[in-house]
Amino acid sequence: MSPALPVGDPAPEDGALPPSAAVGAEERALALYLHVPFCRVRCGYCDFTTYTAEELGGTGSGSSRAGYAATAVREVEMSGRVLAAAGLPARPVSTVFVGGGTPTLLPPGDLLRMLEAVRDVHGLAPGAEVTTEANPDSVTPGSLAELAAGGVTRVSFGMQSAVPHVLATLDRTHDPARVPDVVRWAREAGLQVSLDLIYGAPGESRDDWRRSVEAALACRPDHVSAYALVVEAGTKMAGQVRRGELAPPDPDDLAAKYEDADALLGAAGMAWYEVSNWAARPDARCRHNLSYWRADDWWGVGPGAHSHVGGVRWWNVKHPGAYSARLERGASPAHGREVLDDDARLVERVLLGVRLAEGLPVTALPPEGRAQVAGVVADGLVEPGPGGTPPGRVVLTARGRLLADGVVRRLLGW
Amino acid sequence: MSAPARSDAAHGGIEPASTAPALLRNFSIIAHIDHGKSTLADRMLQITGVVDERAMRAQYLDRMDIERERGITIKSQAVRMPWTVDGRAHALNMIDTPGHVDFTYEVSRSLAACEGAVLLVDASQGIEAQTLANLYLAMEGDLEIIPVLNKIDLPAAQPERYAEEIAGLVGCDPADVLRVSGKTGEGVPELLDRIVQRVPAPVGDPDAPARAMIFDSVYDTYRGVVTYVRVVDGHLDPRQRIAMMSTRATHELLEIGVSSPEPTPSKGLGVGEVGYLITGVKDVRQSRVGDTVTDAVKPAKDDLGGYRDPRPMVFSGLFPLDGSDYPVLRDALDKLKLNDAALVYEPETSVALGFGFRCGFLGLLHLEIVRERLEREFDLDLISTAPSVVYEVRMDDGAVVSVTNPSEFPEGKVGEVREPVVKATVLAPSDYIGAVMELCQSRRGEMLGMDYLSPERVELRYQLPLAEIVFDFFDQLKSKTKGYASLDYEPAGDQAADLVKVDVLLQGEKVDAFSAIVHKDKAYPYGTMMAGRLQKLIPRQQFEVPVQAAIGARVIARETVRAIRKDVLSKCYGGDITRKRKLLEKQKEGKKRMKMVGRVEVPQEAFIAALTADAAESKDGAKK
Ligand SMILES: Nc1nc2c(ncn2[C@@H]2O[C@H](COP(=O)(O)OP(=O)(O)OP(=O)(O)O)[C@@H](O)[C@H]2O)c(=O)[nH]1
Ligand SMILES: C[S@@+](CC[C@H](N)C(=O)[O-])C[C@H]1O[C@@H](n2cnc3c(N)ncnc32)[C@H](O)[C@@H]1O
Ligand code: SF4
Ligand SMILES: [Mg+2]
Repeated sequence: MSPALPVGDPAPEDGALPPSAAVGAEERALALYLHVPFCRVRCGYCDFTTYTAEELGGTGSGSSRAGYAATAVREVEMSGRVLAAAGLPARPVSTVFVGGGTPTLLPPGDLLRMLEAVRDVHGLAPGAEVTTEANPDSVTPGSLAELAAGGVTRVSFGMQSAVPHVLATLDRTHDPARVPDVVRWAREAGLQVSLDLIYGAPGESRDDWRRSVEAALACRPDHVSAYALVVEAGTKMAGQVRRGELAPPDPDDLAAKYEDADALLGAAGMAWYEVSNWAARPDARCRHNLSYWRADDWWGVGPGAHSHVGGVRWWNVKHPGAYSARLERGASPAHGREVLDDDARLVERVLLGVRLAEGLPVTALPPEGRAQVAGVVADGLVEPGPGGTPPGRVVLTARGRLLADGVVRRLLGW
Repeated sequence: MSAPARSDAAHGGIEPASTAPALLRNFSIIAHIDHGKSTLADRMLQITGVVDERAMRAQYLDRMDIERERGITIKSQAVRMPWTVDGRAHALNMIDTPGHVDFTYEVSRSLAACEGAVLLVDASQGIEAQTLANLYLAMEGDLEIIPVLNKIDLPAAQPERYAEEIAGLVGCDPADVLRVSGKTGEGVPELLDRIVQRVPAPVGDPDAPARAMIFDSVYDTYRGVVTYVRVVDGHLDPRQRIAMMSTRATHELLEIGVSSPEPTPSKGLGVGEVGYLITGVKDVRQSRVGDTVTDAVKPAKDDLGGYRDPRPMVFSGLFPLDGSDYPVLRDALDKLKLNDAALVYEPETSVALGFGFRCGFLGLLHLEIVRERLEREFDLDLISTAPSVVYEVRMDDGAVVSVTNPSEFPEGKVGEVREPVVKATVLAPSDYIGAVMELCQSRRGEMLGMDYLSPERVELRYQLPLAEIVFDFFDQLKSKTKGYASLDYEPAGDQAADLVKVDVLLQGEKVDAFSAIVHKDKAYPYGTMMAGRLQKLIPRQQFEVPVQAAIGARVIARETVRAIRKDVLSKCYGGDITRKRKLLEKQKEGKKRMKMVGRVEVPQEAFIAALTADAAESKDGAKK
């Protein structure tokens, strides 16, 4: 299972973009996302576009892991043509993010081939951030060194928890004792390290969670993402919850754990820069992630990947078989798209910008929303301006971060 | 000896319009609910040959979907049947009546069209409360009573024992109590014979100006208003001009006939006949139940004296779940009203529920049936507020306010509050006297008397506040007597009582739909129950919300909806921003369906759930 694709307009066969996509492009960074839709086993909570070998069994060579890099490279090449044809200026890519699935299920050479194609087609900006996701049990000192040598600068490990029973509930297969090792190997290879954590798994106590955060901090990562467990419809976990085998996450528990994480990470010198993300230093923030929140341009390569260029969003077909078939016949893998109107762009700007520590200028709010600013400050959800003046930017307080969606609705005047 | 009057020859002399009154017998079948009236009527229809094997189905006369589904009769139905005794063909007009207490007024109207009543008693149950109530109605009308034990085919039947009971009640010999089975038909021919022998023939003056009593008036989409009458004097002919005595309005007769059981046009209706008229009027209010029909040219001087209009006893707000259905609801009520004189309504606005109607009903079953018909026949989704009775509030300044809606309880200085009371009759096996008395006392009942109907069965009479019994009294009574007790009640004026209005407040704002008028002693339990219920149902807000119950300014119960602590999607959705935005837009849509009480957003479903928790509890009370 993977998330249902949004409902949008059909995307054109050649993937051509409307001229509006080029407006103002000079000022926007270009990011590239490379999706790798394979996992060894599927975790019960996961609804990402990813397939196990059994799930793909017999669906043709185009969807096999071995043929995947070559297929993805075709889409990278297509990205250069489509952007140019729409009149967008050539821009070297400022960040690359290889995500999954489990990218490290592919041999490092495959990942590097895809990266190479990005270099060839767009070029990499000086100091570009190149991240790959990795599962702790799918890397070795050698594979990490090889990736670093090929231009990868950063690795994000799916640690999720340090507590065996929590990992078991999440269907995670790795040995938690391995995490400090893989972090050390990555660092020895010269890579920046991020750790992903999930809180709120059924049966996880506050102590379990604090232990996980402390275990993560003990690895001295450059970056931590802490996500509240979401029981996504259609997942195995959703079935377990529906049948009463697992308790659904409790919002109060999630809130307390968020506060725990913020306190522990803060005490260790890490600062939040997005609701779910903390960095040890300003330059350790994930620039690729920031591109999403800042509504830059990005091209997502791979089955089910999402792209955004100048107010046009599109998403690819989900199945690796369908994906490669399209590319093989020279067609765009885009399945659907939407061209955002001004209202939708405004909503997104507020929705995304408010989640960042840098905040959102009050002037970016619609008039109905600006009228609400005093109210959300009074309710302790948004930081007041310096010396208690009205804020020039909307920056969430710790409580506000936990209630961000409500704040966004108010700031949109809804 | 008797025989079914099947052949045309045997029908000789009993054509409507030309049947001598001496050959007519008009009777109702009356009983406690479920004692088998409609099933006995089936056998009569079959044995007299008016419905053949092929067309027969169980409870043939229960025609409404809702009657068939619930297996109960709601409306009386009259049928004309031939029956030959001693070689003489007679015409019998049989009226099958409802048994539920809410529809007692249907029974009294039916009885007014008859000279006799078949008092049916389930031979496995014996006399129950509506057996008595309906018997007394028939005795008040001076009707010939034919006592009959039904369901004698049942293994659990105790005909000997209950024949004694009935004989004691109506003052006859136990041997005179007929024994029948509506299921097998056993004893039914004998019963028909008995009806012919014992029920007096109608008397009237055939030469006097026509007078016919309207005992039912029904709107039919195809035929317009169909008016059911019992002719007392004179004669009604097709194409005659008739007049309604109350309004003097005149109408052309388009059709006149009898039901046997399908409408069958006739050459007219003579003295003592029961039949229907169609005049082309579109509104039953022009053809009111209880009115007297006469000849427009040669009108009678005096009317027949009508029935008193059924008075609504229980009020409840009906609101469409989808506010845009309000006009549909209004039209639907107008249409139902055409067939249901007991239904009254006026527009009502509620903060919690929007636009709707305050409706008056005969009882909870009536409420439930009207609501179900509105939903089913007009495709509406409705919510009904907690039923309330009518209170009379006397203010210190002398003003008197009648309150059918607790949220309209006057604010100023209240001198006295009066509530309707009923005279209730409970029949129960004598083992349960204690349990019944305890229940009635806990409902502020005042004992009026107690009689043993037999060594095992007692009749307890209580005066009880109506408000105490419309809710769950019946369920309680059943559960405390293992199902053996039965209940009947009739209005008996009002009394002053220690009543207070309890309001429910969210963050200090009143939520009108939950205001209730309750006895002082029940105020605290009601307040705690409602506050607790709402506390569980109201979604958490960004701030803490106190849920309070209060009498005036005095808070008697408080719960708190804790502030929500987490309202943020903190999962990595990668570049799928569209999904994030759509989730947010969905939350916005959700908010549109919210009702605002002050700053508190409450989904209508929460109000509905809080209100329907009661309905669910009282649901079983409606049947039986
Ligand atoms: N065994 C048996 N069951 C019967 C007999 N008569 C009626 N019943 C059953 O008793 C139940 C009630 O019968 P109805 O004829 O609907 O009773 P009713 O008195 O018309 O009920 P209301 O109109 O609701 O007051 C049904 O399930 C019938 O099948 C009988 O003679 N023998
Ligand atoms: C693209 S996913 C997968 C990365 C990698 N395959 C892994 O699982 O380690 C990135 C992160 O999203 C988080 N995540 C995935 N499913 C989630 C869910 N249902 N609820 C909350 N977080 C989730 C996990 O922390 C995961 O590491
Ligand atoms: S390893 Fe990561 S992508 Fe794969 S199933 Fe588990 S959570 Fe999903
Ligand atoms: Mg019936």
